[in-house]
Amino acid sequence: MAGRLSAMAPDAGAAAELAARRSYGKLVALLAARSRDVAGAEDALSEAFAAALAQWPRHGVPERPEAWLLAVARRRALDAMRRRQTRADAGTHLLLLAEEADAMTADAAQIPDERLRLLFACAHPGIEPAMRAPLMLQTVLGFDAATIASAFLVPPSAMAQRLVRAKARIREAGLAFAIPERSEMADRLDAVLAAIYAAFSEGWTDAVGAEARRRNLAGEAIWLARLAAGLLPREPEALSLLALMLFAEGRRPARRDAAGAYVPLAEQDWRLWDAAMTQEAEALLREAGSLEGLGRYQLEAAVQAVHAARRLTGRTDWPAVARLYEALAIVTRSPVVAINRAVALAEAQGPAAGLALLDTVADAPGIEDYQPYWAARAELLARCGDVPAARAAFARAVGLERDAAVREFLMRRSARLLA
Amino acid sequence: MQYMLLIHMDEAAMAAPKPESGYEMSAPYTAYNEALKKAGALIGGERLAPSASAAIVKVRGDRTEVLDGPFADTKEQLGGYYLIDAPDLDAAVKWAARCPGAARGTVEVRQVWQAG
Repeated sequence: MAGRLSAMAPDAGAAAELAARRSYGKLVALLAARSRDVAGAEDALSEAFAAALAQWPRHGVPERPEAWLLAVARRRALDAMRRRQTRADAGTHLLLLAEEADAMTADAAQIPDERLRLLFACAHPGIEPAMRAPLMLQTVLGFDAATIASAFLVPPSAMAQRLVRAKARIREAGLAFAIPERSEMADRLDAVLAAIYAAFSEGWTDAVGAEARRRNLAGEAIWLARLAAGLLPREPEALSLLALMLFAEGRRPARRDAAGAYVPLAEQDWRLWDAAMTQEAEALLREAGSLEGLGRYQLEAAVQAVHAARRLTGRTDWPAVARLYEALAIVTRSPVVAINRAVALAEAQGPAAGLALLDTVADAPGIEDYQPYWAARAELLARCGDVPAARAAFARAVGLERDAAVREFLMRRSARLLA
Repeated sequence: MQYMLLIHMDEAAMAAPKPESGYEMSAPYTAYNEALKKAGALIGGERLAPSASAAIVKVRGDRTEVLDGPFADTKEQLGGYYLIDAPDLDAAVKWAARCPGAARGTVEVRQVWQAG
């Protein structure tokens, strides 16, 4: 018996952890769906996980760990509510909890998945756009404020405060935990996808995954995109975002050489790209293409598909990339898209054409410290032979870059092109 | 708002010979200076001489003490600073992340005291 116990302990720990990872958002969503009290749901759930870690190693993992966690969390939430009963709204909450408890016993075998509602609540127009991705990472995936803070370059104390405020807003402003009507779906879904993409981009900037937390973040954002695509299998933009992220993630092994130096996309060895991820991305994009509606993520994923095709054709179809960015520019009117389009145009028609397009965004707000603009400008100026201007632009690009490997790359490139 | 970026670094590691000498030390800082200046954020900044040449002074009542520096007995020492203008702490932290010193040591971001 003793032997069995000691053998079971790590299993129970691992089971609790697995349940935590897989069920966290599902349980938060379910606990908060009616009360809209996300913070309260998280507190109750963390107590339930603590109880699981204490009890499972001794008594074994319950048959349905998720239902067990939910039952304990509900009890804790109810206890917490009783303690706050003087508050005016406590009565309503108790009623809601009782209703949910009834619903639970009626259909105990099925734990409904309310995560989609939670995603829509996190990306509600009432939540400040910059806080949508952090809120999802915390409520759906259970990331702590410090980890999220580092990813978004914000001091942890400030991030923790903003998360608390955002959750209070969901509760107090009564933001709906609801899947939008057909008429609002496009806009609301766009906000959800934009937040998931923001989480992914922050994770992706750390190419080598030197920070385990960051590398994790890109993977977790893909998990979120998979969740959204899985819950909305008929929404082409949800499928396209997942495709876009898989194309990018699949190239991760090629983004640094053996010595750790940065390798730009055009010079990457495609044999290092993850074939399974790339193929899955291509299949998703085909599926999205068969559905009605063409949006920004489908166009962006299509750009990535053109790059991925290099592994089959041995070359990059730059005119196709330029055309896709042209379409994207119409959809988004974003200076970022204009910069990408300029780079593609330079490859397709020559550096002067690209430079002319870059000039059109030279006065866009924030461009003075937007690194990709200066990196693109430096490259195109150098190819046009304008050495002094190229030198200055390379310096700006280096000075604005966070990643030491990319700084090195730009300095080497500058030295080579402007020698 | 004004913020001070205090660059702390391991002086022993900085003094060790680099695998790639040449631009590695100065060029990223030159570029960073330039980027700060062009964005209208730079107020000032200097690199400091090694802390071995530092002195510590304290006056307690009628007793003045002068000691060899550095003050703190840690591996990382203050190696330089920037004084920048940024709209808020988030923006200052973004500049700190771009500072070449952040890739080797640490950059502490402190808001300048606002009187009144």
